Amino acid sequence: MQITLSINGQNHGVDAPAATLLVEALRDHLGLTGTHIGCDTSQCGACHVLLDGVAVKACTVLAAQAQGQAITTIEGLGTQQALHPMQQAFRDAHGLQCGFCTPGMVMAGLEIVRRHGTQLTPELVAHELEGNLCRCTGYMNIIKAIVAGAAAMEQSHA
Amino acid sequence: MHDFALHRPRSLSEATAQFASGGEAAYLAGGHTLLPAMKSRLRMPDALVDLSGLGLSGIHREGDRLWIGAMTRHADVASGATAIPALASLAAGIGDAQVRNRGTLGGSVANNDPAADYPAAVLGLDAVVETDRATHAADDFFQGMFTTALADGEIITRIGFAIPQAAAYAKFRHPASRYAIVGVFVARFAAGWRVAVTGAGPGVFRWAEAEAALAAGQGANGVTLAADDLNSDIHAGAEYRAHLAGVMLRQAVATLA
Repeated sequence: MQITLSINGQNHGVDAPAATLLVEALRDHLGLTGTHIGCDTSQCGACHVLLDGVAVKACTVLAAQAQGQAITTIEGLGTQQALHPMQQAFRDAHGLQCGFCTPGMVMAGLEIVRRHGTQLTPELVAHELEGNLCRCTGYMNIIKAIVAGAAAMEQSHA
Repeated sequence: MHDFALHRPRSLSEATAQFASGGEAAYLAGGHTLLPAMKSRLRMPDALVDLSGLGLSGIHREGDRLWIGAMTRHADVASGATAIPALASLAAGIGDAQVRNRGTLGGSVANNDPAADYPAAVLGLDAVVETDRATHAADDFFQGMFTTALADGEIITRIGFAIPQAAAYAKFRHPASRYAIVGVFVARFAAGWRVAVTGAGPGVFRWAEAEAALAAGQGANGVTLAADDLNSDIHAGAEYRAHLAGVMLRQAVATLA
């Protein structure tokens, strides 16, 4: 079927079976491989993207269901020259080890800011990150990064 | 996942007609049970009928009931069901934040997973399940593991929860799946108490002994649940679940609001 997706402000046409997951459309059809597939069972959060600003698991949404909504992926946040404040905070706080879970963690950070604002505590972030797994167990620096990234978003109005 | 035909109806009548148009069909609500089941090929429908275009979401109070549209997402119940704080808090404890942004009340209730949270609230709050063709009382709706009073092709449109004097939900959740190992919903009404248990048995059920003890003003301390008909699996044995039900009951009673 023909599916039109609005991704990071641009429309993309995809000719794919109805069974195509959003994460498959992003990665396999459009080459946007920043969104990762970790568990493929709705557990790990590596595939988080934003639909109309709200974080969802792209492995558990059909591409066709995302039509008509604004999709934001990790590629849409910043550029290599000018990272989004949340991305910059992960870099500064070394909020990653192998990096596999990082795109989903950054998107989860944005979801936490959406629901709780930019003044976050480590306890709140630790609780709210329950839908994201880091198999390196690098959680301490991830939590630091999200707290700092949220505060930086306040300053930059990102 | 096997491929399927995807229908996107704009009305209930269109949806039921598409459901009945041949082959095995399934309704798609939030998709957070159905899509994983299709990935693992536990379900292989020929057609999906997407219910998102029918206007079935929203929360409003009518008299002594809080009506919630079937397609209302868990996150919106968590923030919007302020008339029943125990229901809002139950919704806030389902899955994780991203699951709550997609999963729906109607999808959960229609699926009737024996460890799901919502069935405990529907039964505990003496809810009315309205569909495209009928009205079901909660006491008649849940009929055991993954089984409900819904006929083939019947669509839940909204659920009306009776607003209690006080209620609370206590859940001991599996740390990975976040489903209830045991969850107990307690509600006090002018007409008496209702106690619903999820996760422990093959389906949600009312706990008559607990209701009687609370009605008699005896509190929850002496109430026990027989292990005979409870679930026993790799996560917890029946005796463990029976004990846990008592612990969850006392936690719920202690936090009634």
